[in-house]
Amino acid sequence: MTIESAIKTGIACWFPGATGIDRLAQLSGGASQETWSFDVLHPSGNIAVILRRAPSGYGAAPGRAAGLEAEAVLMQQACEAGIPSPRVRYVLRGEDSLGSGFIMDRVEGETIPRKILRDAEFANARNMLASQLGTVIAGIHALEKSRLPKLRLMTVAGELDDLAAEYKSFDWPRPVFDLALRWLHDNAPAPADSVTLVHGDFRHGNLIIGPEGIRAVLDWELAHFGDPMEDLGWICVNSWRFGEIDKPVGGLGSREDLFAAYEAAAGRAVDVPRVMFWETLGTLRWGIMCCGMMQRFRAGPDYSMERAMIGRRASETEIDLLRLLAPRRRA
Amino acid sequence: MQDQPTPVELINAVAEFLRADVAPQLSGHAAFKLRVGLNALDLVVRQLTHEASGDAAEIERLSKLLGTSGSLDDLNRLLSARIASGEMGFQTPGLTEHVWQTTMDKLAIDQPNYASYKRERDGS
Repeated sequence: MTIESAIKTGIACWFPGATGIDRLAQLSGGASQETWSFDVLHPSGNIAVILRRAPSGYGAAPGRAAGLEAEAVLMQQACEAGIPSPRVRYVLRGEDSLGSGFIMDRVEGETIPRKILRDAEFANARNMLASQLGTVIAGIHALEKSRLPKLRLMTVAGELDDLAAEYKSFDWPRPVFDLALRWLHDNAPAPADSVTLVHGDFRHGNLIIGPEGIRAVLDWELAHFGDPMEDLGWICVNSWRFGEIDKPVGGLGSREDLFAAYEAAAGRAVDVPRVMFWETLGTLRWGIMCCGMMQRFRAGPDYSMERAMIGRRASETEIDLLRLLAPRRRA
Repeated sequence: MQDQPTPVELINAVAEFLRADVAPQLSGHAAFKLRVGLNALDLVVRQLTHEASGDAAEIERLSKLLGTSGSLDDLNRLLSARIASGEMGFQTPGLTEHVWQTTMDKLAIDQPNYASYKRERDGS
């Protein structure tokens, strides 16, 4: 059964009163996960939705991923807690023949960093976003753990072991990565006092922005329990500044604005050295992810130029690691 | 000895055709993919142009730093191992300068428009 016929078969059951669908289009897709967009035709007004699904056989979450069922619960909980988040409309079941996944409201807005950082229509949003993001991250960390799905617990030691193992598996020497791993080992903070939900991939691309600011947080695939400072470090990784390197928070604003808004909303102090640790770890992690793209390009079957070229962006994280760990002194 | 035109000249000729004649005819995803492809060709040209001199200087620095000779691959593996074991690090004289120079040489080929690189290169 094609995707289209499977959706048409199920739609009246998922959306009582629905008469069909329109404008089905695939937005993105890899081997393991796909995103589709369509309109639900309904007598009381059409509904614009997004389907995220993992085809059968890919349902088992590989390694780090929370799994789509967990993502659906997280988004629903976030939505109910007032965090900008699309409403989840339906969670797929076995009899739907679509694999695992869910259907959510389609939120209009921009996710492309260069537009958000440069276009005039977002000028007002840019002034507010560093603070807004701090507030939203605080909201995520405040979600009640007992109502959340089972997620992995990330520790600094475990994460460093994973990164080192993945780097080693590439069998390609990168002295700067070795220096970073060494520094991270030597400077690892003590276990966090508070363990919270961590979004795990809070950055451009996963945030829908409108002229008035943030509209939705997407892609909870890497959500886990851990040190809340991790999300604050990850959003400051230079790779997400897209050229605006003097504005650490996603190229939008200052750490001070992010931290002040976070502290006000969370009632928890920001541990700045700990955030810097996570920023450094995040920079290395993105570098290792770039190398991983190269590996997958070589191994196939997703043989693509884009993947190959991302492999040649790992060096961007090397210069950023050196800027963090061994900044050059200037006269 | 191979004949002319050189690989760089050939790639530039193809890239120029793609940029000037093909790109205007494409839109959407195909246009995006062509831009990625052109970026790849430009990268290859930069590598063919600068790799040999960069590699020679890197080997010289590595040999001095490690006190041994070998291929670029051997020497980098040895440096990696010594850093991982804690035997060498930022405190090792000359190491910081070496990794900075090597990284700058990589960025000059990989991503010369990356903002961090431009900042470091121009010293502004």
